[in-house]
Amino acid sequence: MGKPSDLVQGTLDLLILKTILLEPKHGWAIAKRIQQVSGEVLQVQQGSLYPALHRLEQQGWIKAKWAESETGRQAKFYALTAAGRKQLEAETANWNRLSAAIDLVVTEA
Amino acid sequence: MRWMTQLRMGIVMLFARRKAAAQLDDELRDHLERQIAENRAAGMSAGDARFAALREFGNPALLREQTQSTWTWNWLELAMRDVRCGARTLSRSRGFSFVAIAVMALCIGAATSLFTIVRSVLLRPLPFRNPARLVMVYEHFRDAGFNSQGFNYNGVAPADYRDWRAQTHGFEDMAAWRYAEINLTGERGELPELVEARAGSWNLFSLLGVQPALGRSFTEAEDRPSGAVVLLSWNLFERRFGGESAIVGKQIHLDGKPYTVIGVLPKWFIYPDAKVQLWVTFASGMPPEILEHHDYHFARVIARLRPDVSLANALSQVEAVQYRLHLRNLHAPVAEDVAPRTLNEDLARDVKKPLVILMCAVACLLLIGCLNVANLLVARGAARQKEVAIRGALGAGRLTLIREQLTESLLICAAGGVGGILLSFAATKWLTSAWKDLPSAEGIHVDGLVMGFACALVFLSALLSGLLPAISSTTKAVFALLQASSRGTAGSQSRTALRKTLLTVEIAMTVVLLIAAGLLLKSFWRLRATNIGCAIDNVLTMGYSLPSQKYDNPAKVDAFNEALLDRVQALPGVRAAAIGTVVPGAGAKDDAIFTIPEHPSTAPGAPLPDALFRMVSPSYFSTLQIPLLSGRFFTSQDRTGRPRTVIVSSVLARQYFPGEIALGKHLHLVPYGNADYEIVGVVGDTLHQVGQPEMAVMYFPVLNGDETRGMTLVVRTASDPLPFSVPIQKQIAQIDSEMPASDLLTMQQIIGDSLVNQSLISTLVLAFAVLSLLLASVGLYGVLAYLVAQRTSEIGIRIALGAQREQVLRLMLLDGLQPALIGLGLGLAASVGAGQLIRSVLYGTQAVDPVVFAAVTATLVVVAAIACLAPAWRASRLDPMQALRTE
Repeated sequence: MGKPSDLVQGTLDLLILKTILLEPKHGWAIAKRIQQVSGEVLQVQQGSLYPALHRLEQQGWIKAKWAESETGRQAKFYALTAAGRKQLEAETANWNRLSAAIDLVVTEA
Repeated sequence: MRWMTQLRMGIVMLFARRKAAAQLDDELRDHLERQIAENRAAGMSAGDARFAALREFGNPALLREQTQSTWTWNWLELAMRDVRCGARTLSRSRGFSFVAIAVMALCIGAATSLFTIVRSVLLRPLPFRNPARLVMVYEHFRDAGFNSQGFNYNGVAPADYRDWRAQTHGFEDMAAWRYAEINLTGERGELPELVEARAGSWNLFSLLGVQPALGRSFTEAEDRPSGAVVLLSWNLFERRFGGESAIVGKQIHLDGKPYTVIGVLPKWFIYPDAKVQLWVTFASGMPPEILEHHDYHFARVIARLRPDVSLANALSQVEAVQYRLHLRNLHAPVAEDVAPRTLNEDLARDVKKPLVILMCAVACLLLIGCLNVANLLVARGAARQKEVAIRGALGAGRLTLIREQLTESLLICAAGGVGGILLSFAATKWLTSAWKDLPSAEGIHVDGLVMGFACALVFLSALLSGLLPAISSTTKAVFALLQASSRGTAGSQSRTALRKTLLTVEIAMTVVLLIAAGLLLKSFWRLRATNIGCAIDNVLTMGYSLPSQKYDNPAKVDAFNEALLDRVQALPGVRAAAIGTVVPGAGAKDDAIFTIPEHPSTAPGAPLPDALFRMVSPSYFSTLQIPLLSGRFFTSQDRTGRPRTVIVSSVLARQYFPGEIALGKHLHLVPYGNADYEIVGVVGDTLHQVGQPEMAVMYFPVLNGDETRGMTLVVRTASDPLPFSVPIQKQIAQIDSEMPASDLLTMQQIIGDSLVNQSLISTLVLAFAVLSLLLASVGLYGVLAYLVAQRTSEIGIRIALGAQREQVLRLMLLDGLQPALIGLGLGLAASVGAGQLIRSVLYGTQAVDPVVFAAVTATLVVVAAIACLAPAWRASRLDPMQALRTE
């Protein structure tokens, strides 16, 4: 329940946006993809994934479409909007700045 | 185009919410099934795979809720749920809901009606070009005694206006208007009609920014004594001229003289009064020398401020001019100062203070209503303690609980608000018709802004009445209820204290309202009981004016007047008839300054003696039964060409001839023939207006023939005077068929008219006070009944242990009367302040009137005792066995 402790607050949005940058994906695939790419380090719980997806959709960063999935069932595919693309760029830049700064602080000591 | 996406989402979420919820379920199920499939692929059995997936998935209902909470319109969904819930609880206790809603409807209705009037009268900008820059400018005398009589805003003399306009530069322009009453005679045998008119300077309409609906406005060349052009009001144009635009350019006859209609004013133009039927130019028909006077204060001046000049600056220029004029005319009543007033306030005149008083009374009533509903809600909160406690224990947040209870009070207030608005439609209509002289009464109606005000009231009263009970019923103490037995928790005690406090405040406010009502009523009764100084029973008055064109010399005027008196006196049933310019009780109207040749001249700068100016026929005093104190009445010999005579009132004799005999002395009047008048009689005092102090009056013989306008025929009859009006009008028509009579009023009506508003306001405040007394007693009863119910077992034990029934009765009575008495004390203290507020509208009544205070105290104590008696009696009759068994 709640937000996964292993995810830095607010980075889930960035991860989702990044994951669907190349092609639309459904919720399960997004979670799997994040898990896979992060080498099984980042576990996205449903309890935070779906609220985040719906929030991003309400905000207009991503849009959803119902389409037939690889299993032959209807699934909800999320894709980036133009505004979402820009948002991703901004958040990536922000993340880079932040992580570099944290890195500096941590390695300095 | 992110906003478009958001907008689309907003619309989808609003209208396809159910579908979105179903899709969310699909989406989550899809996720779950993929998880199961993966688990199976990893080698689990069907059952294990499902169980593991579900375990990882967590609580699906919670997940759904969390996801949905990110949707737009989520607040709306929550609000709808609250409303549904609130409506259900309210409909379960119909009696409570009905009482609460009725109380709120009354309070909100009253407040909305009054706001409608206040807005139209005091707040609405007039429909003129840039009305914020318009200001009325009056003359202002520094003399304090003069100002205390309500003459703070004095009309402007025409020559003063002319000099202001010529010699100051702070205003874009200044315009003037004056009152006029014009006899409109028919062209083709229509009935003659005495119409209310105004005479405006040629630039008035351009200054206001008003374009005539038809034709044009005045030109400067037309604004002279010989100017004969007229602008019709839309009302007159439709009513008398059938709305035919061909009337523009034609001639009509005003006071027997031909005037050319140059235009028609727009329908919405009802300044300064909706009764005004037509406009002529300011100077039209005026004797040229009057326009040169600095002491004939009959003009109203409107000025438009220049955008780059402050009001203070512009006024100081006018003040400087006025002070120079004052110094140049030390012996004439020429004011030292000027005083500005906004157009709205100028139109509101005497209405402002009563409106403010009523507004305060309504605010009190609304607050009392809220307190009462709050009190009821607290009582209900007690009955619902268990429910709240259980819901709290199940995880409902305090904010959610408070929000839900507030929704209930909001529902009550909203339903009350709807009822109140419906009520206020009727109430506003009634008030505007019952309130005499309410400015722009025709334009007063409930509109969007008023609706907005009512909605704001609804929310405010919902908060006021709901917040306190909601907070008190969701405190931590409530949850202790679950641990304790069913009664006697700390929560209920603090709740009783809260109810008592609410009740105390309510009673205090009720006392204030009651005392205000009592003071106003007493003042009204005092007014009614005043002796006006003349006969008022069986006296009929009727106004008429002789057209100066036709009656162009005093002999003709006298002939008409004498013929009229002879004919009317000959009618059967008529006791006496007379003619005068103004009858007692009909207002101050004309006044004039004079000097006394027998007295050495007064010091320069000192105000000259001033008295009301009346013209009367010889029979005037006997008809109105005004007593002769010394000397003689006028006779038919006091007329044109005879020695000039005057009769004075006793106040004038006392004031200006102290310790002397006034008879035989003289008054010198500059504006009235610049001659000496010998005092031949002293008569009793009459009031020019009920509720105003007596003023000095001088009476001149009407048979001088030089007054033709604004005459009043006074007839005293043997029986009810109204049936005589038609025979008298017939007599007038037989002498001159073009002569209209106006204002057929009995003396009772004239005096009553000046009392109508007093009566209206005191009755309204009394109604509010009675209503709040009723609310307070219901509240008192409720609190005590609640208290008794709570202490049933305690009382049972007391009685079982031997307490006497009288003791129990006394105990409970005192318990209930305590908030009443504290509230009474607070209310009496506050009333002293409130009395100061309304002191200026009281007549012959002290702001702290012992009789009123005592009466209110007695009423409140009696009502409170009655309200408390029933529950206390029930407590004292308790059967101890029964009481203990209800444990």
